Amino acid sequence: MRLTNGMRMSVSDHSLALAAAGGDREAFASLLARHYDRLFAFAFRLTGARAEAEDLTQDICLALPAKLARYEGRAAFTTWLYRVAVNAAHDRRRRAATHARAAEGWGDWEQARQAEMAETAEAVDWLTATLRALPPELRDTCALVLGEDMTQSQAGEVLGVSEGTIAWRMSEVKKRLRAVATEERAS
Amino acid sequence: MTDEFDKLKAAMKSGPPPPDPGAKKATLALAMQAFEDQREENAALRQGSAAEARPTPESPRKAGLMQGVREMFLKLSTKAGLAATTGIVAAGLAAVVIIPQMNEGGAPEVVTVSEGPTDTSVEPKVREQDESASEQQVARQEVVAADETRADDGAAGGAAATEAVEALTESEAPMEADAMADVAAEPAPAPSVAPRTATVARKRSATAGAANDGTLGRIAGTFAPPRPDEGTVARTAPDTEAYPEAESNPVKVASEEPVSTFSIDVDTASYSVVRSSLNAGQMPPADAVRVEEMINYFPYDYAAPEADDPAPFKPTVVVSETPWNPDTQLVTVAIQGEMPVVEDRPPLNLVFLVDSSGSMSDANKLPLLKQSLRLMLPELRPEDQVAIVAYAGSSGLVLPPTPAGDRAKILAALDNIGAGGSTAGAAGLEQAYAVAEEMTEEGEVSRVLLATDGDFNVGLSSPDEMKDFIEKKRESGTFLSVLGFGRGNLNDALMQSLAQNGNGQAAYIDTLNEARKVLVDQLTGALFPIASDVKIQVEFNPAEVAEYRLIGYETRALKREDFNNDRVDAGEIGAGHSVTAIYEITPVGSPAVLNDPLRYGSADASVAPAQAEQDSPELAFLRMRWKEPGESESELLEFPITEGMGDATSETRFAAAIAGFGQLLKGSDYLGDWSYAEAIELTNGAKGEDEFGYRAEAVNLMRLADSLSR
Repeated sequence: MRLTNGMRMSVSDHSLALAAAGGDREAFASLLARHYDRLFAFAFRLTGARAEAEDLTQDICLALPAKLARYEGRAAFTTWLYRVAVNAAHDRRRRAATHARAAEGWGDWEQARQAEMAETAEAVDWLTATLRALPPELRDTCALVLGEDMTQSQAGEVLGVSEGTIAWRMSEVKKRLRAVATEERAS
Repeated sequence: MTDEFDKLKAAMKSGPPPPDPGAKKATLALAMQAFEDQREENAALRQGSAAEARPTPESPRKAGLMQGVREMFLKLSTKAGLAATTGIVAAGLAAVVIIPQMNEGGAPEVVTVSEGPTDTSVEPKVREQDESASEQQVARQEVVAADETRADDGAAGGAAATEAVEALTESEAPMEADAMADVAAEPAPAPSVAPRTATVARKRSATAGAANDGTLGRIAGTFAPPRPDEGTVARTAPDTEAYPEAESNPVKVASEEPVSTFSIDVDTASYSVVRSSLNAGQMPPADAVRVEEMINYFPYDYAAPEADDPAPFKPTVVVSETPWNPDTQLVTVAIQGEMPVVEDRPPLNLVFLVDSSGSMSDANKLPLLKQSLRLMLPELRPEDQVAIVAYAGSSGLVLPPTPAGDRAKILAALDNIGAGGSTAGAAGLEQAYAVAEEMTEEGEVSRVLLATDGDFNVGLSSPDEMKDFIEKKRESGTFLSVLGFGRGNLNDALMQSLAQNGNGQAAYIDTLNEARKVLVDQLTGALFPIASDVKIQVEFNPAEVAEYRLIGYETRALKREDFNNDRVDAGEIGAGHSVTAIYEITPVGSPAVLNDPLRYGSADASVAPAQAEQDSPELAFLRMRWKEPGESESELLEFPITEGMGDATSETRFAAAIAGFGQLLKGSDYLGDWSYAEAIELTNGAKGEDEFGYRAEAVNLMRLADSLSR
């Protein structure tokens, strides 16, 4: 079915995604327009830093056409999109790690530089610093549960883990935050 | 619930900043492009074998690999591919070049946003496969990296130093911090004691970073009080072993060490660094001041070679008064390169290798580079060819070789370069050289112009590896010049070293005026070599000269025997270039003699009073060696330097004034009471025509330094 512009406003993400997967350019543009801000917000919650969030959002948007080609509509579009986003963030972190490893070849100065860069970025604010103190899977979970107001079961669906795991992760987050706070007070 | 948990929740909810409209627009546009690519890809797939091309989650093939253009690039960006098929890459590369952020991981890595399966129960397994596929890629990279992990100690120190200085000065006005960082990253001059082989020493010292602990301490003291945690950064600067001592050439006793040998130096970077530092209200650190680069920054109007001169350049020697010491004399050795008629020069092949990494987006970097190239284009002749290669994450041919006359096409390609992503200097360099070689025809001159802020920060190649590569290419006739933009960070050292090894010039471009000077006024010179491996050797006559001192050229010292060794690399003179070297000599019997004559040994000559029988006794003997470009055997030019030789002109006086200025900045011991005021007076009387106002600018800098030093 060809969708007209008037129809698009009320069309579901799901239909738009399927149309885009079929090569409908306008449908893809609508999807992007509809979700960019939300993706950016989510990326910001995942990374805690504006520049990184922008880069991550770009990664996601650029990968979407290829992803969409395989979107079969079995999951809700937003769940699917979150999953793409989380995986993109994961890939990004891994690339950063690879980059850091490769950089070792340049010797100590590069490491010092990387550390410096990391520090500067870290100093952005409390949120950034706190997020960075958490391991990636806890960060993802936080962003979904706290930032996107998902239930533990929804977050579990996005991350591909059980509800129980999400519950455990959230309690782990609390535990770590407490530890960090104790440390801060001690120093 | 803990306080922190609530705080985290609040921070998460309080919401991210609104997306930047510019970034959003750019991303959406790129995504639409990706969508189009995908659509074409899908169309192609439908014609081919869909089962094979569309990976299932179980397929070992990496899930989510963006296909089409980028995949093609992945295949092509192996060395062999690059060399053989740059033309093809050009066709398909627009996407990669325009979206550099996608490829932050390093040259061959392609964005791999992985996608979980719709069936969540399978997810862990698939993620693992995805991981392993990527790991293979990573492993491949690491093999490359492992070969090249020899870290360059010197560069390491430079980085640490720069970072430390930055850290220390961070709390001050950013301008100051930047300027200081610039300066601290300057390579330290080579030790005055000639090291094993001078060429190696020179290269090492160029690579070796700059500030030693002493400098750091001083800078730290001058500026912000170090914050406690950052103080440790400063202390991590490697020990001084990695840094040749940054000492000025000492006074030498002519009877003990009568021969002085050095390579000419046409770099000008030090002057730009000094300028940016002074303009930012800070004295440059002494180690950042290379007197010869300051002197050679300026154009001089020395006598040009005549048609029957044996060499493509003409030496002028002037013996004159020393402005800062009535009891010594200056021997100025000036070399003026010939200026071939522009119409006669062979066509130029220029490959601009443009760093388009994220750090280049500042207004004084990529945008300034684009403006500079715009200024330069009209100066080229229609048959000259220009190509542009961008490097950021991956490298790509932005503009295939294009006649310089086709300005619209070149400018359009320039505008298409956007800054983003990280830098993979090595891959870009390889491609640029491949393009240059493709362009070169018999008798033509090819040059790669590397424009960067020095951020070679992807560890695919060590600085050593890169230098070797450039050296090899130099043999094959493609030269390299390095244009530094913006803040000269740690890799100022690397840039210097690359340019030296590539027979080129390293220049800093910090303003449009500087761009005009480097790229327009001196276009022919910078791009068209007339003599290479130019070495100078001066043998002083102990009967006339008690002591001598070469002002500057510390990083260019050569061993005495290297003078006749044609395999030892030295500096290059471009068309119309002038090079000035100044010795301060103390005549025998002068009250300015610093060293007492030896009691034992061959002291007879130096103790003897001045032999005034001849009208103009020989003070020294000058020898110069050079090679015609492309030749491997050097030619020799030699003549004696006699007392009172030549006449001081505004050119030599100006050079002396700048030499004095540089030494003042370095805090030299040899100037006595001579001060900035005298330097200003001397300069004002020696401005000559100063068509472009460079000399007037020098006076302003002297005034700045004068007030800053009080």
